[in-house]
Amino acid sequence: MVKDQEYLNSIASQTIEYSKKLGATDVNVEVVHSISETVNLRNKQLDESNRSDSFAIGITTYINKKKSTISSSNLSKDNIKILTERCIETAKITPDDEFNSLPDKELMAKNFESLDLYDEFHVPNNKKIDILREAEEAASKETKIINTETDFTENKSNFVLANSNGFINGYKTSNFNISCVAVAKKDSQMERDYDFTTKRHFSDLINPKNIGESAAANTVKKLDPKKIKSDKIGIVFDKKISKGILNVLSSAISAGAISRGTSFLKNKIGEEIFPKSLNVIDDPKIKKGLGSKNFDSEGVETNNLKLIENGVLKSYLVDTYYGKKLNLKSNGRCGGTSNLYFENGSMPFETLLKSSKKNLYITETIGHGTNLVTGDYSVGANGFMVENGEFIYPVSEITIAGNFKDIFKNITLANDLEFKYSTNAPTLLVEGMIVAGR
Amino acid sequence: MSNFFKNSDLDNIKAESIVSDTLNNCDDGELYLENSKSESILLDDNKIKNSSYSSDLGYGFRAITGEVVAYSHSNDISKDSILKSSENLKDTLKSKKGTYNHEIPKSNKKYYKDLNPIEEKSQNSKIKILNEVNNYIRSKGDIVSQVTASFLGEHKEIEIIRSNSEVLKDVRPLVRFNVSVVLEKNGKKETGVYGIGGRQSYDEYLKNENWKHVCDEAFRIADVNLKSKPAPAGEMKVVLGPGWPAILIHEAIGHGLEGDFNRKKTSAFHNLMGQRVASEGVTIVDDGTLNLRRGSLTIDDEGTPTENTVLIENGILKNFMQDRLNARLMNTKSTGSGRRESYKHVVLPRMRNTMMLSGKYSQDEMIKSVDKGIFAVSFGGGQVDITSGKFVFNCTEAYEINNGKIGSPIKGATLIGDGPSILKEVSMVGNDMKLDPGIGTCGKAGQGVPVGVAQPSILINKMTVGGTQL
Repeated sequence: MVKDQEYLNSIASQTIEYSKKLGATDVNVEVVHSISETVNLRNKQLDESNRSDSFAIGITTYINKKKSTISSSNLSKDNIKILTERCIETAKITPDDEFNSLPDKELMAKNFESLDLYDEFHVPNNKKIDILREAEEAASKETKIINTETDFTENKSNFVLANSNGFINGYKTSNFNISCVAVAKKDSQMERDYDFTTKRHFSDLINPKNIGESAAANTVKKLDPKKIKSDKIGIVFDKKISKGILNVLSSAISAGAISRGTSFLKNKIGEEIFPKSLNVIDDPKIKKGLGSKNFDSEGVETNNLKLIENGVLKSYLVDTYYGKKLNLKSNGRCGGTSNLYFENGSMPFETLLKSSKKNLYITETIGHGTNLVTGDYSVGANGFMVENGEFIYPVSEITIAGNFKDIFKNITLANDLEFKYSTNAPTLLVEGMIVAGR
Repeated sequence: MSNFFKNSDLDNIKAESIVSDTLNNCDDGELYLENSKSESILLDDNKIKNSSYSSDLGYGFRAITGEVVAYSHSNDISKDSILKSSENLKDTLKSKKGTYNHEIPKSNKKYYKDLNPIEEKSQNSKIKILNEVNNYIRSKGDIVSQVTASFLGEHKEIEIIRSNSEVLKDVRPLVRFNVSVVLEKNGKKETGVYGIGGRQSYDEYLKNENWKHVCDEAFRIADVNLKSKPAPAGEMKVVLGPGWPAILIHEAIGHGLEGDFNRKKTSAFHNLMGQRVASEGVTIVDDGTLNLRRGSLTIDDEGTPTENTVLIENGILKNFMQDRLNARLMNTKSTGSGRRESYKHVVLPRMRNTMMLSGKYSQDEMIKSVDKGIFAVSFGGGQVDITSGKFVFNCTEAYEINNGKIGSPIKGATLIGDGPSILKEVSMVGNDMKLDPGIGTCGKAGQGVPVGVAQPSILINKMTVGGTQL
């Protein structure tokens, strides 16, 4: 069982008290306890079981405009004392930074809705194994599958965030995850793909049989890929990766990147950076949402935020420090977005595929080829050639490249949005990207 | 060396008896204890932006029988907690019976000293250097729009208790100094990054104003990129510079030669042992024994002394990298490659310092032989799909080659290739092998560990360059 609120509260309060006694003018403390149990199967046999029981404490002390941070996994009183002392000593010799401060009091969260993020239910390991076997059996029905690996992870976590302005709050969260990876072989060539389901509540998980079947189907489809000729072509991003475009957006509009002048979206507030029909929303209050929260990592209230409205960039993601620097109020996005998504498009998936005679449908990208300073993008990819809306053959060992300023402007969304991750996007088409191949 | 049981209701003898009792009927396993301290001091935007310190103490208890690994970890080093872990391991393996393998090689060799880099240099002097770095780079002109510089230091003590009271220990220092520069000219912005580090004190890397060299490199790379034109798209010849570009080897073939993927037959290399996987003249080793290098280890995280493992000799595949589990199941011995990020993670076979050894050609000869291609000098990160063998890496400094001459710099682009075939496309191996500056971190299964790479210049006949110019 994860520790209750009372236990975490008392550690946080004592730490704040001790820091103040040592001369801290402000203090922020986070205490977390999490228990995670994972079971892995390979080819229907138990491969690994892993139990993790871990505490963490993070202490930030301020002496006026000086600041220092310390973290540890050891919650013993002695250790916390030693660490707090070290934290204060370090803060004393750290230069002033005029923007260092706790969040403004009036911005702190006051409404604590129940977001239904915790499921007490415990899945014993033998039940986990049964569930995974079901997934692997479904996957290995497909004869070309030569290897299956699955895992079931159950996470339970509780935390408290407290600061010396009197804020103290936290809550329990849980996560249940089933994933299945399959390897298929034809001649000497192998391919690998996967599917998974992650939910806050056990009973909401997708049937393991479906996960296994779709992992196998995804994998077998990839066999016998071709490398295509270099070309300028429309790229369709599968839902597995279309959300990546939102991750680029959120990194580029973080107040830190804007303030430091290292974002290609600096000074673009009020400008149309997406097509007029597009809206991007960050909604922290979705019940059972994988990214849901009542407040950000500084305790600031998080509310629904329309980042892109009719294609226009409406706001940055603002925390306290960079907010003060940019003369903006924190909008509760310290630590990033919550449940970020493109509002659903209007075009059916099939129509999107048929939008041009030839499109390249991408299911996976590899590499870290995004340059947030310039917006340049170049990554390895694989997927399928689509002609007249039909999947013709798998494609691999190619790259796709462009610049996000152009990519954003050339997006068309399908109407198949679903909430599978914390960041979600429907299938989307980007016209006129460059594919490098043969 | 710290006493891990100092503040607990256990001592070494009691802990050793729990370990022996738990692992009696298992094939292998250990109690791994770790006490790590780390610091990060960051200068950004003309200010000391962050000064943080972290201390982490905990254990990971592992039992293995057959192919099954049971693992339980916690940061509560107490009798209750370790007994609970023991029950958990026994429960997972209750239907299995193994025979404990007590054999573990011993060595007295050490590749770094027992020093604590965090305490060796005062906070004030670290802050002073970061401020000097900022002033030095900004004095290069108005085009400097952002400077970020950081120190990262780590001190990790580990103790491995195996069945029958066998205890193995190591103390590992690690530091890194990193500089990133953003330049702006005529509305165009570009970044340059450079860093150095390894397993000794900060001052060894900073002395003789060596930090200025790091600043100059970061500035130079950003400046080159300001002049860059869009990169070409398509297949062409690629000349790789010496040193850090060896992450090509790390991604293209290194991961594919790790024991676990080959035991499970999910690596594209699993059935190629003894066969030609690279051109003649290509020899690749993975060496954990280089003094003071970032990827070096005196013992691995299972207690096995590290070694210099020959992976590919003159183009022929000779060995995989093994931890104890995969070595046992593949009927071979551990190569001292069993590593974990921390006590929170299971052991996996991993790379240490992966190196392609020198050949006979000069870099000039390679460039002269290319009609049309690119010359890639520096890289960001890379990634590989072990199963299909496809890998990528991102250039951060590259030039076009036209008619045997180096031309304009080109924008960063991803290069993609096929691991099992790429080394057969290597037609010239340079005589200028160089180690990387000591900055690599390798990710696998969510675990990051410090690694090194090295290579001479090489000419690859054909690779796909992911630019935008058709």
